[in-house]
Amino acid sequence: MSDSETADLETFRDETRAWLEANCPPEMRKPATSDADVFWGGRNAKFSSEPQRIWFERMRDKGWTVPDWPKEYGGGGLSAAEHKVLRAEMARMGARPPLSSFGIWMLGPALLKYGNDAQKNEHLPKIAAGEIRWCQGYSEPNAGSDLASLQTRAESDGDDFIITGQKIWTSYANYADWIFCLVRTDPAAKKHDGISFVLFDMTSKGVSTKPILLISGYSPFCETFFDGVRVPKSHVVGTINRGWDVAKYLLQHERAMISGMGERGVGRPLGQIAADSVGTDAQGRLDDVMLRGQIARFDVDEAALAACAERAVDLAKAGQAHPAFSSAMKYYGTELNKRRYEILMSAGGVDALEWESERSKQGARPRAWLRTKANSIEGGTSEVMLGIVAKRILDLPGA
Amino acid sequence: MALVLTEEQSMLRDSARGLISDKAPVSHLRHLRDSKDPTGFSKEFWHSFAEMGFAGLLVPDEFGGSGLGYVEAGVVMEEIGRTLMPSPFLATSVVAASALNRGGNAAQKSEYLPKIASGSLLATLAIDEGAKHRPLQTSLQAVRAGNGFKLSGAKALVVDGHVADLFIVAARTAGSAGEREGLTLFLVNPAAKGVAIERTIMVDAHNAARIEFANVEVTADSVLGEVDQAASLLDGVLDIGRGAVAAEMVGLSDEVFGRTVEYLKSRKQFGKLIGEFQALQHRAAELYVDIEITRAAVMKALQALDADVAKAASAVAVAKAASAVAVAKARAGTTATRAVQEGVQMHGGMGMTDQFDIGFFMKRARVCEELFGDANYHTEQLARARGY
Repeated sequence: MSDSETADLETFRDETRAWLEANCPPEMRKPATSDADVFWGGRNAKFSSEPQRIWFERMRDKGWTVPDWPKEYGGGGLSAAEHKVLRAEMARMGARPPLSSFGIWMLGPALLKYGNDAQKNEHLPKIAAGEIRWCQGYSEPNAGSDLASLQTRAESDGDDFIITGQKIWTSYANYADWIFCLVRTDPAAKKHDGISFVLFDMTSKGVSTKPILLISGYSPFCETFFDGVRVPKSHVVGTINRGWDVAKYLLQHERAMISGMGERGVGRPLGQIAADSVGTDAQGRLDDVMLRGQIARFDVDEAALAACAERAVDLAKAGQAHPAFSSAMKYYGTELNKRRYEILMSAGGVDALEWESERSKQGARPRAWLRTKANSIEGGTSEVMLGIVAKRILDLPGA
Repeated sequence: MALVLTEEQSMLRDSARGLISDKAPVSHLRHLRDSKDPTGFSKEFWHSFAEMGFAGLLVPDEFGGSGLGYVEAGVVMEEIGRTLMPSPFLATSVVAASALNRGGNAAQKSEYLPKIASGSLLATLAIDEGAKHRPLQTSLQAVRAGNGFKLSGAKALVVDGHVADLFIVAARTAGSAGEREGLTLFLVNPAAKGVAIERTIMVDAHNAARIEFANVEVTADSVLGEVDQAASLLDGVLDIGRGAVAAEMVGLSDEVFGRTVEYLKSRKQFGKLIGEFQALQHRAAELYVDIEITRAAVMKALQALDADVAKAASAVAVAKAASAVAVAKARAGTTATRAVQEGVQMHGGMGMTDQFDIGFFMKRARVCEELFGDANYHTEQLARARGY
């Protein structure tokens, strides 16, 4: 980087810091405490608080719900280096993302790469502005880890497809306005070659959803049923029957998103949280030697993973990243997050077992602990990730 | 700063790799071991190393060095780790050069640093006394005598101790074992009266010695830094050594891993390449992920050490570097241990033979793990730094 670029970046940092200080409400400078506290946008969106509304609208108006998207689609048009600065400055003050959205994390990048102009103009600005909430129609009852064996049919009928079948583990399908969905358009082709990636409105005739009650007591996932849903062929992203390319590209983004779920570097350090419940000895050390060791080993691994995540971004910027590396990060990040919650449960002891009390915020910790068990399943299991590393990065035979 | 090598650093890596893999592959270490070589490294090769500018890599330009940083030192250490080359680079060019450059007065710097850069002087830090690395437990006594001091006590795991021309000895001038106050560093001539050196042949066939000091007289001029106040200097120098050893362990782990993956692709059992078995694929993939994460952590630590210098050792930068180094050395230890164990296991019976190189990596990893504190030590340091 030249001296003048470095100077420009420092100017950008100063301006960004000043703007964030002036515009981020104090309530938005700490992590969300529950799912209800997260703003997801959509036709039926409601703000849970006034600061949440203010923060979202200010960031949206600056294009910073999607800082690195082009301005013509409602983005901030930031370079990779500027985006890194913005993320660092937001992290510094603990500012939470103004908008959570599968449109931002997953569909948007896929549309930017594979969408035609009409699709980009139609959907990207609404994602950036939080107007449409998206869900992902990938897994099916008989297509989990083996996603490409999916059976939801799309039969040709003039300019339309007629879609029939069932999806499962569709996150927030019951709240979503639109779905990006994998369907089989050529049942005679080999399993990877007959799939298309299609977009449609969840209010279309023939779509229904049914929430699934999970071990956490929450229902973030649904079963989603399609009974003869009519979808124009113009809603296919990329080429018909080449949807697997789009699906794989999107999965890389999904894995990057999930590997980042482990709240790294925000909130209180584990050692301090544990001190609240187990106490400290005369030297100020945790009064549970083995737990202290577990936490310290976790902290070592977490700090190392944070360095690796930073390096992954830098490698991508330098054009040296392996496209399958997100699978490596997804594997390690999710396993680490499970470890984090096992430690939190151990540190909390009896207090972390309460499920319904006000004192426990309706069992926030045990429910979050149970939620993390899905991290190493959703978006490709740990075993599938290791298989991808073995095959695509290590080039091991027959994998 | 981006966590990738710059173009200049990549070129440095390529030239170090070219030189080391050509002149000092693992067979070089094997030959030194089997011939019971009295110096334990190749003097001739050390001179070509110096001519390339590596011996004085961290020595400032004004003293005839290259004036490069810790990331660059790590680049060279990583290449050394790939072939396990026995070399004075760690003890002399990284640790001793840093101690002299940071703690030395003008006379000490101009006497020793140019000789280090030219490859004509070997130096080493004598720190450990017990079985484990515990710098603050230093109890080798230095008592005032006339204008100077008398040193009495013993040191262990002194790298290159039997070939060094200069010892940098950590001693206690005040206080008692465990205290930060009262530590002093001395420059000691190995030929001084009362110094007894026992070369210890170690498991990894790299150089080390036990050294006894019996009323060894040194002058006041031989104090490096301030009397009683060496703890901070020592922290910084040890962290540099830790970062360098961590980089060596990344190179070592990566090399073992590469050899192991090649073996998985060529060895057949049950009519299949063993790399087709999912049980081995997943273990190889886990190890890959471990190594990549550790590589990033080590690079982060070396950059933090460079930033510590750039920011004129501000308290924040020093603390940040110390934590990054603790993370790096702890990770490097567990990762290298895993890499060499998987390496031997996946090579099966061949991995157990002396004829096969993989065992050399296991032996060196074990020594690197103990050098300047093992994974447990550094995990403990991180816990303390974070206040729990």
